[in-house]
Amino acid sequence: MPTASDDGFVVFDRVQKSYDGETLVVKDLNLSIAKGEFLTMLGPSGSGKTTCLMMLAGFETATHGDILLDGKPINNIPPHKRGIGMVFQNYALFPHMTVAENLAFPLEVRKIGKSDRDAKVKRALDMVQMGAFGGRRPAQLSGGQQQRIALARALVFEPELVLMDEPLGALDKQLREHMQFEITRLAHELGITTVYVTHDQTEALTMSDNVAVFDDGRIQQLAPPDELYEAPQNSFVAQFIGENNTLEGTIKEIKGTEALVTLDGGEIIVAKPVNVSKPGERTRVSIRPERVEYNKDRLHADAHTLKAEVLEFIYMGDIFRTRLRVAGNDNFVIKTRNAPDQRRLTPGETIEIGWLPEDCRALDA
Amino acid sequence: MDLPPYATTGQRVWFYTFRVICGLIFFFLIAPIVVIMPLSFSSQDFFTFTPEMLAFEAEGYSLKHYKDLMTSPDWQKAMSNSIKIAPMATIISVSLGTLAAIGLSQSHVPFRRAIMAILISPMIVPLIISAAGMYFFYSRIGLQGTYLGVVLAHAALGIPFVIITVTATLVGFDKSLTRAAANMGASPVRTFFKVQMPLILPGVISGGLFAFITSFDEVVVVLFVGSAGQKTLPWQMFTGLREQISPTILAVATILVVISIGLLTVVELLRRRSERLRGLSPG
Repeated sequence: MPTASDDGFVVFDRVQKSYDGETLVVKDLNLSIAKGEFLTMLGPSGSGKTTCLMMLAGFETATHGDILLDGKPINNIPPHKRGIGMVFQNYALFPHMTVAENLAFPLEVRKIGKSDRDAKVKRALDMVQMGAFGGRRPAQLSGGQQQRIALARALVFEPELVLMDEPLGALDKQLREHMQFEITRLAHELGITTVYVTHDQTEALTMSDNVAVFDDGRIQQLAPPDELYEAPQNSFVAQFIGENNTLEGTIKEIKGTEALVTLDGGEIIVAKPVNVSKPGERTRVSIRPERVEYNKDRLHADAHTLKAEVLEFIYMGDIFRTRLRVAGNDNFVIKTRNAPDQRRLTPGETIEIGWLPEDCRALDA
Repeated sequence: MDLPPYATTGQRVWFYTFRVICGLIFFFLIAPIVVIMPLSFSSQDFFTFTPEMLAFEAEGYSLKHYKDLMTSPDWQKAMSNSIKIAPMATIISVSLGTLAAIGLSQSHVPFRRAIMAILISPMIVPLIISAAGMYFFYSRIGLQGTYLGVVLAHAALGIPFVIITVTATLVGFDKSLTRAAANMGASPVRTFFKVQMPLILPGVISGGLFAFITSFDEVVVVLFVGSAGQKTLPWQMFTGLREQISPTILAVATILVVISIGLLTVVELLRRRSERLRGLSPG
């Protein structure tokens, strides 16, 4: 079975990994990353994403399968000969060296002459706006500054592939958002291929060209951020990415691109069948909170509606977040923009809600 | 620490008694060592304080025992032996002990606890037993009565100190630093010398100092494993005590005490430096 395409810059071909010889941490991983692509591996802890990164860096060996870099298998190449840059979760800056010495380290190893080395170090430091900090030691820098140095050190020897293992995890929210922008900017400017590991979905959505959602040692879905959010392929992805409403039911009928679903409360709704195939099958119908409409004027004339009871109304400034009881589900959340004509709901009232059939996806149970 | 204003009489009594007890313990430990120092400057050939010494008169003191130490061929030989043997034993202890500590700190090494226990055992087993064992073993393989034999025996005694101090430093060592170095293209050997070694150096050096002092002060094993040719300072002191109770021994003892204090000061300074470096390490 030819799986991952062969033209990728980084290719995982039927890779498996087991630490104890019994349970597979990574099960049959196939992934192809194009040159210059920013790919994020996203998943809960224990999903195998970090293991994949470590196998690519060479710190773990694949139990089965091949990993190819630029068309060549790298399973038998030790980490120090792979020429891959990496930013570690805790930055891993050498505490006994100054910032400039840290950056010069990979260049010294490559036997680059002193003057050339100094120029490259200076360029890398300027690139992350840390030009004035060359003489400091890592401990004299703040978390965000250390992060920048770690990034500069991973880029200073001009690798074609850079790996990042949750590099922003230790930073506060504001700094994290700023660094997300910086990292994507640098990656695109320098044209490097980046593999980024995170468990933060916002990070994944805002930074990546493609996101691979990991769970249980497998890629659940590999897609660009918008597709991942708007068209999740299974209920794990739907639940994991963004906020999501779930209604449980049974498939009544499938007609081409439409499926009739009998909800557990007895209501029948129209949904788009994604990974359900035959009537009688259990399903979870997934609808994004912001795609639910309760303003009659905005709903399609033929839109299917359900009765909902307002349980809670939360004012969040830019949006209203309302919790409803829909078809027996007490946790049905809708988000509406704080527009001048938007009506504020009050707990206790009963409304009619509706949505477009293509926004309502029937997924596996 | 001061007495709090609300202290009861009982607490007050204990407060002062405690200080007296501490002082007595300190005196008990230090007095025998301190008392030999003035004696080594005595102008007499006896182990006693003369009335002149007690009166702090210049003629009561002299450097004759130090002069004796510097001129006597026996002492000269012993000193040169000690100065030859101790550094060599230290180098072997440090190299092997450091490598063993690094190896045993890897989680994938099988039986690491058992191996560690065996390597540490020279520190726990009574010295006389090690010495007797080494005597029989070294005689068989022709090492008894050679410099190499004494050096190896002392190295075996010094290794546990190095393993313990280096293992302690490795506990705080961030493994992702070696990964980072490998990732940047450094070979394992380069990573060891450029990244790991500088960071565990305080542990390595203090282990080395302990190993050095062990070899420099050791008398039992060298009596068994060595022969007259390898007579070290402690051995010469031992014979000196038995055969001619000469205050030269006190001069040697004073020198050894000064060296030990010097080395311990170095250890303490290194420990502080290591603490500072650890405080500096990120994350």
